[in-house]
Amino acid sequence: MTSLTTTTSYSVRRQQWREFWFYFSVSKTAVAGLVFLIGMVIMAIFADLISPHLPTEQYREFAEIPPAWMEGGQMRFFLGTDYAGRDMLSRIIHGARLSLIAGCIVVLMSASIGILLGLVAGFRGGWVETIIMRIMDTIMAVPGLLMALVLVAVLGPGLLNAMVAIAITYTPSFVRLTRASTLSEINKDYVTASKVAGAGPIRLMFISILPNCMAPLIVQGTLSFSTAILDTAALGFLGMGAQAPQPEWGTLIAENRDLMLSAPWTVTFPGIAILLAVLAINLMGDGLRDALDPKLKRS
Amino acid sequence: MALLEITNLTVEFATAHGSLRAVDQVSLSLDAGDIVAIVGESGSGKSVAMLALMGLLPWTATITADQMSFDGKDLLTMNPKQRRAIIGKDISMIFQEPMTSLNPCFNVEYQISEVLAQHFGGRRRSYKHRVIELLEKVGIPAPETRLKAYPHQLSGGMSQRVMIAMMIACEPKLLIADEPTTALDVTIQAQILELLVELQKANGMALVLITHDMAVVAETADRVVVQYAGQQVEQRSVTELFNNPRHPYTQALLSALPEYAKEKTLNAIPGVVPGQLDRPVGCLFNPRCEHAQDLCRQQPPERSEGILCHYPLPLKSALNAASTSHTEVIT
Amino acid sequence: MSEHALIQARDLHKYYTIKTGMFRPNQSLQALSGASFDLYAGQTLAVVGESGCGKSTLARLLTLIEQPTAGQLSLDGIDLASANEKEVSKKLRHTIQMVFQDPFGSLNPRQKVGDILQEPLIINTDLNANQRRDRVLELMRRVGLLDEHIHRYPHMFSGGQRQRIAIARALILKPKIVVLDEPVSALDVSIQAQVLNLLIELQQELGLAYVFISHDLSVVRHIADQVLVMYLGKPVEQGLSEAVFNNPQHPYTQALLSATPQANTDRKRERIRLTGELPSPLNPPSGCSFHPRCQNATAQCKIIAPVMEQHGDVSVACLLVK
Repeated sequence: MTSLTTTTSYSVRRQQWREFWFYFSVSKTAVAGLVFLIGMVIMAIFADLISPHLPTEQYREFAEIPPAWMEGGQMRFFLGTDYAGRDMLSRIIHGARLSLIAGCIVVLMSASIGILLGLVAGFRGGWVETIIMRIMDTIMAVPGLLMALVLVAVLGPGLLNAMVAIAITYTPSFVRLTRASTLSEINKDYVTASKVAGAGPIRLMFISILPNCMAPLIVQGTLSFSTAILDTAALGFLGMGAQAPQPEWGTLIAENRDLMLSAPWTVTFPGIAILLAVLAINLMGDGLRDALDPKLKRS
Repeated sequence: MALLEITNLTVEFATAHGSLRAVDQVSLSLDAGDIVAIVGESGSGKSVAMLALMGLLPWTATITADQMSFDGKDLLTMNPKQRRAIIGKDISMIFQEPMTSLNPCFNVEYQISEVLAQHFGGRRRSYKHRVIELLEKVGIPAPETRLKAYPHQLSGGMSQRVMIAMMIACEPKLLIADEPTTALDVTIQAQILELLVELQKANGMALVLITHDMAVVAETADRVVVQYAGQQVEQRSVTELFNNPRHPYTQALLSALPEYAKEKTLNAIPGVVPGQLDRPVGCLFNPRCEHAQDLCRQQPPERSEGILCHYPLPLKSALNAASTSHTEVIT
Repeated sequence: MSEHALIQARDLHKYYTIKTGMFRPNQSLQALSGASFDLYAGQTLAVVGESGCGKSTLARLLTLIEQPTAGQLSLDGIDLASANEKEVSKKLRHTIQMVFQDPFGSLNPRQKVGDILQEPLIINTDLNANQRRDRVLELMRRVGLLDEHIHRYPHMFSGGQRQRIAIARALILKPKIVVLDEPVSALDVSIQAQVLNLLIELQQELGLAYVFISHDLSVVRHIADQVLVMYLGKPVEQGLSEAVFNNPQHPYTQALLSATPQANTDRKRERIRLTGELPSPLNPPSGCSFHPRCQNATAQCKIIAPVMEQHGDVSVACLLVK
């Protein structure tokens, strides 16, 4: 119970955010992850202002220059340059944009379709549910990346097609989660109360049940986000995703593959960028789970 | 020497909104063979006090007491290993929800024999006969057929009996029953309560019955402890308490029961139990007490004659000619 | 000046078929076998029984969540057999509403209280936003809550307050009949009294008919005009509350009353010990369902299933009651 003397819609929401933040901030690593992610977003938004050079500008005379702290490096190209003389730092900063957008679009696509299918499956049951779940089982039976490769091979290489392909492989997990939550909520009294009030299936699905399924879906969303970045990078590395000269991190590693031994900075730094981004999102997702888990609030 | 001696037990929880005092200076003294009921509504801290005794509270809880000893051993300074040797063997507890208190993955025989093997050593299988004996003792018909049953195959009453069997397996000296019949049907409730009293008499066990149901208390217990908002407000023998409640809360609680209603409208107690954030100044019951006076609103009461009240209601024997309105409600 | 009964139920039955696997025949679960009663405005019918007695099924049939397998049911003069049309269902929603048992589960945790209360109005009426808001506030005040509470979420309220919100929701369409499924069982005694008083007040003020489902006989005794005692889906005793409580005829009613503890240390009585467990509705005993646990059972009781017969003020379904 709360001791708010006058309650307004605004004060209630503020109090909820404050409670959420209290439980989220218990995990320091989660907060660190969040901070890093925010930093990455800022970097992506203001990429044009922050990066010292254009990502596609080639400085032919300065090809394969090592990073500033190594022998032969310069401050002008802080993380060195790649085979074509493009500044690594600028390319990585711009690549953040691509990775984040890829992650967002993949999650949005797979989540929206997945949630819709999951709701319908859980709510209707019967043969509708059977068909949906068996299709999802089939998608899950094929290794994700392999399926994405096949789809990209069919649709043609490119970042957008890669995103669509990856989104399809992520849909089953959202369907499963949503269906499970729907099944557990659908017998609860408040859904019955809405039925007695005359609510139709649309209202029951989207207003009564869906908001109560959000916690595991949000967590799944964050984890899918990080995996999407990884998978986009993997497809980029295989040459089936973002095409050169797009500075997507996986593509960066791919195009500098031959320089792995002679100019290791060209592949190491994109790799570290991927690692840090995925790690940050995973840590944040962990903290989210703790904050959204109602059982932990019972102390 | 008393079997269980608790003096001034206080339990505080660390929460998002600060510290919550769930149990505030509760004392209890039990001898072997006593049946004590702890009565209170939600927020009274009745379960928390016993969970603190058993060491079953989460890490967010801070437990302090002047004394908390069982059978001469000090529970406050015990290490976990010593505590595990006592819990389940000399002190046992049964819980409210029989359906969820048993492990759904293991059958009845496994769960009961596990308790025995844990405390008496030896192999689990060797206790099969003892398990059958125990199931018979708790009134399960044809116990041999139930050995391999899983909890979900048992009804509520049956599960509770299995739970009881598990908890008396080691012949504990003290059995704590936390709302053991609240989730059960009325006729099954009657059976389980009778069973508990029978077992208690047969083994000379002390029984602590935690409940919110005054009627159950009236029929089962010898002594009653009434708790409100974490504090112990009254502790008397059952007959005395029901005929002559001395704390205004106890009296209000009894008169709110439908059985004591004189007209269609029940004598409801206005207001709600104070939560974490709206503890009143002075006596915790004062906003809802019809006898509250200025002192009650300013200062927390001291315990006088076992009653935590500035102006405890008088003993019936002390009333002669003066008939006061509040005692009429009960007679 | 005879008013028609708000609820007329005749011999209601509800069976469920349970699939037990691909190669076995389906089992039939007789959740409700033959409930009949009349309920008038301003009256309370209490339905009493333990798990598996069919009282929740009856609630679901009355509130149109499910259709009866057999029997007749009419609400406010409208026969439910013709209730499949949308218009009729809509009208019936204005006639009968429900308050659920669990104050913690019957309100959507993700909706603000104001939205929860507005939902029935949005679905069933043409009121505009201001009119809806006025109606919501009116009811909030009536059940003893504050205006500002409409912005809060259910978990910010205590059990008693949530149950008040549930009552407000049930009344928002101005029904004539309210089905209350154990409305106070999950509440503390002092809050129970508050909520019961509220229900009684509302009944007197609005002339509501209540179907009050409960297993708590002391509450039922206080609030009910008529009582229907059920066992394993069948009615066993029915009649005016006074008659049933003061002179129970059916052995189950007697056992139930005897098993209910009383907050009174003076009473020493012979408790009728009911042995055995409640049988499973999937596998009901032959003849009289109560015979395995009945002290007076005879050989006939195992074969013949008794029917409800009038004996003075009550109807009883027992072969031994003459």
